[in-house]
Order: sequence, then structure tokens, then C-alpha cells
Amino acid sequence: MPASLGQILVFGILVGALYGLVALGLSLVFGVTKILNVAHGELVMIGGYVSLWAFSTLGLDPYLSIPISFAVLFLIGAFLYRLIFSRTVKLPEETKIKNTLLVAFGLSVILQNLALRIWTADERGITASYIGIAFKVLGVRFPVVRLANLVVAVFFLVALQLFLRKTYTGKAIRATVQNWEAASLVGIDIHKVYLLAFALGAGLAGVAGTLVAVNYSIQPSMGLTWTLKALIVMVLGGLGSIPGTLVGGLILGVTESATSFFINSNYREIAGLILFLLVLIFRPQGLFGEKEG
Amino acid sequence: MKKNRIISISLLIVALILMVLLPVTIKKDSTINLVILVLLYMTLASSWNILGGYTGQTNLGHAAFFGIGSLTTRLLWIDGVPFFLSFLAGGVAAIALALLIGIPAFKLRGVYFAIGTLALAQILNLTVGNIFPEMSYNPALSDYQLIPRYYLFLSLAILTIGSAFFLVNSRWGLGMMAVREGEDAAESLGISALKHKLLALIVSAFFAGLVGGAFAYYHVSYYLNMPFGPEWTFDPMMMAYIGGTGTIIGPIIGSIFFVLLKQLLVWNVGEYHLIIFGVLFILIVLFLPGGLVEAWKKIKVHLRSSPGKKIQSFS
Repeated sequence: MPASLGQILVFGILVGALYGLVALGLSLVFGVTKILNVAHGELVMIGGYVSLWAFSTLGLDPYLSIPISFAVLFLIGAFLYRLIFSRTVKLPEETKIKNTLLVAFGLSVILQNLALRIWTADERGITASYIGIAFKVLGVRFPVVRLANLVVAVFFLVALQLFLRKTYTGKAIRATVQNWEAASLVGIDIHKVYLLAFALGAGLAGVAGTLVAVNYSIQPSMGLTWTLKALIVMVLGGLGSIPGTLVGGLILGVTESATSFFINSNYREIAGLILFLLVLIFRPQGLFGEKEG
Repeated sequence: MKKNRIISISLLIVALILMVLLPVTIKKDSTINLVILVLLYMTLASSWNILGGYTGQTNLGHAAFFGIGSLTTRLLWIDGVPFFLSFLAGGVAAIALALLIGIPAFKLRGVYFAIGTLALAQILNLTVGNIFPEMSYNPALSDYQLIPRYYLFLSLAILTIGSAFFLVNSRWGLGMMAVREGEDAAESLGISALKHKLLALIVSAFFAGLVGGAFAYYHVSYYLNMPFGPEWTFDPMMMAYIGGTGTIIGPIIGSIFFVLLKQLLVWNVGEYHLIIFGVLFILIVLFLPGGLVEAWKKIKVHLRSSPGKKIQSFS
């Protein structure tokens, strides 16, 4: 029993790290631009297809294709922001959140159906040679692919945090979050900041997509599931909090793996959604967030 | 003004007569099925519009009410309960769900309400899929008749649109619109936002539940969780927006437009209609929040004012 409890925990944490990474981009975008991009799951999907393409045509290892999926999605994000979301910047905040939510829904419908045209509805995955490999410590299994989730998620979390704290551009982004009017008064170009934040968020979705394609499988209709996971994690970790996304991801991962073990794996997604509704109703500021003044 | 009113009422009567006579004159099943689809979407979009358009609460979980209505009706009806009772039970089940979730859901404002209802519909979708994994078949397939189904959908669409019309033109409707324009301002005038939102939710859910019941009666075989799928929320929502939210005619135009576009594109280029519809939806949210109804008004104003401008330029 203790070994299986340990296994639940380890599995939950390793899957949760991926959930945290999926939510990282959504959280960054929402925190900086107040755009709730519910097409985030579709961006994750495209990231998965980019790595799948690199794997099947160039024979590139999925982990080596991470920079490619990041770059492709970064560009797509910049394009989408320029084309669509930049038009909502000037709206008052509440209308802006609502309109961007609707626009992002339209976008998810478009991307999903485009993907269906290009890649058909088939489920696909990346089957690298090392996928089945796992090692055991104290009776607990550690599959390498899942361990890689934790490594990649922590890497990108730390990199993003360093970028926001140490670089000039990062500081401009944080200044915009605190007060965009004051930031623009001291000469920060808000449009550039928003564009960069949105593109970075999309790039992170691309990275997450690569991991999803290795860990699970990808198909055009997968977007909503991953958007919901990212939303759950974001709300658990506190809206717009960067370190919170990893914590939220781990909580969701452990909740799901415990549900799979004690109830039935068919109910693991439902458990996460119920947790989400409870937090929304009783602690909308997130489990660890502080109440707004 | 008076003259316009007479014209629109007589147009309405003509349209109704045509709709009632349609299955008698056109005996092709494919056409009747197509019109049923329009009526289904029309009812769903109009019911979404009561809460989403008139009360300003973006409900992304409308499929939950459609689904619970169809599930209740289907299970009772297949079990041998007379159809009409099962059908009403579907509407009642949707009201029960609305009452159950209404008060906690309306603790959430704006975007939180939207993502909360989205999560709720997805919970029901997955749960029903887990409990009933098998396809549901209509046992009495040999005496399946299309005509009664057509009239069921037609009367339901008329009932829904009529109720929406009377509701929004009543005191309650004015209250709902006041809540949409500003919750705090409405409260300060003594309008209870919660009561108005709850009423809108209940009416919206009831008609979605009923049309779910009609769907259960119409479809020969389907997976019981299929009506809980997110597309039953998003498609009607897009129709309401494209036609014009917060108007009676908007969802009607939107649903006709959607089905026509779908048919045209299926014949010519394949299933591109959702891509085009998505693009149109984004354009409308960004540039024309009033939808096609507003576009039509703008064109009318433009047509009326342009001769005036010409005269001015001569002087």
C-alpha cells in the first residue's frame, strides 16, 4: 500500500508538471494582457503536430524539436495577436475580457476545423524508442518520458521567471501588468509588450504540445480538454501567478491520479472539473491567492 | 410606424402559413429534415439568447440543459412512458438543473460565469458518457414518422420565440436588460440582479430542455452523451451573435443562415462551413456587435439618408 500511494503521488506530480506547463502560457497571457485565450488548447494541438511532423519527416527526436515548436507557435501567436486580439486592447476591461473570450472561441472553432482538414481526425502520437523505459526506486516506477515533463516544465518556468525579473524587456512586461497607463507614460510601448506576451504564451503552448504528443496522443478535437486543464490549473494556482501554475498543475495531477486509483480512471477529468468549480465558487482568488482589496 | 407594423405582422402570418403547409406541399424527406434542423437550432439559439443576449450572462454550458432534456425524455420514452409526458419531463428536468446550479453559478460574475458553466456542461458530458457508454436505439423504428416530428419542432420554435418576445417586452424583460447594462446600477434602482438572472436562466433552460426532448424523439440512434457536447453550446451561440444578440429576430436569422451556409458548402467545397462561420463570428464580435440585424439597420439608414445628402450637395 505505501508503495502504491507513493506511485500515485509520483505519477500525479510527473503528469501535473505537464499540466503546469500547459497552463503557463495561458496564465502569462491572461496576467499581462487580460486576454482569456480559450483557444490555448488548439495552440497546444498545433505544437504537437509540429513536433510530429519534425519526427516523421526529419526523424528529429521530439525533445530536440521543442525549439521548433516554440518558434512556430511564437510566430503564430504574434500573427494572431496582430490580426485579431490587438483590436480589443482599447476596450474597458470587463468588455475586453468578455469579447476576447468570444473571439478566442471563434478562433478555436476555426483552428480545430482547419486541423481536421489538414491532418484528418485520426489520433496520432510520437513513438520514440525510449517511450516504454522506466526505472524503479523503492518500488515506485519513474517512466523517463514522464520525468522529462518535470525537467522541461521546471526549465521553462525558471527561464520565464528569470526573463521577467532580470531583463529590461521582462521588467517592462511586469511594469505593464502593475499599471499600464503609468507604464506607457514612462515610454513603454504597450502594444509591443502585449504582442510579446501573447507570442510567448503561444510559444509555451507549442512546447506543451510537444510533450502532449510524446506522453499521450494528439488529434484536432483535443483542444477543449487541454484548455479546460489549463483553466483549472490557472484558477487553482491563482490567476496570473507564474509559480502558482506549477503548484496548480501538481494539485490537478495528484487529484487525477488519486481518482484513477481509488475510483475509476474514467472519472479523473470529472474530479478535476469539480475541483475547479468548487474553487471558483468558494475561493475565486485561487487556493493561495490573496483576496483583492 | 403603423404601416410598418401591419407589414411585419402580415409577413409573419404568411411565414407561419408557409411553415405549416410545408410538409404537405413538399413531400421530400430531405427538405423536411433540413427545415427540422433549422427549427432545432432556432429554438436553441433563441433560448440561449434569453440569458446570453438579453441578460448579458455568457452561458457556455447551454448544452447541459439541451442534454439533460434529451436524456430524460429518451430514457422515459424508451421505457414506455407516453411521449408527451416524457417530453414535458425533459423540460422540467432542465428547470431542476437550472435551479440546482443557478444560485452558486450566479455567485460568479462575467467571465467566471462563462468558464464555470463551460466546466459544468463538460462534467455532465463526461459523466453521462461514463454511465451510458452504449448507443441508444429507437425500439419502435418500424412506425417512425417524420411529419409529427416536424410539427413538434415547429410548435416548439413558435412557443420559444413567442415566449421570449413576451418575456422581454414585460417588466421582467426590462429588468433583465437593466442587469445586462450594469448590474450595480440595476441593483441601486431596486432591481434584484439575482432574481432576474435566475428567471432568465430558468426560461432559457426550460426551452433548451424541451428541444432536447424533441431531439430525443427525432433521432433514431445516438450516444446519450452526444447532446451534452460543447458544439450544442457554441453553434447556437455563434448563430445568436451573427444574427444579433438581444433581439428576437437575430437568432432566427442566424440559424437559417447557418444551415443554409452549411448546405451550400457541403454541396460545393466540403465541410468548410464551421471555418467560415468562425471567421464571421470573430468579425461580428469585433466590428459589428449587433450582428446582421444591426448591419441591416445601418444599410436602411444609409439608403434613406443618401438622397438627402445629394440634395445638400447641390445647394
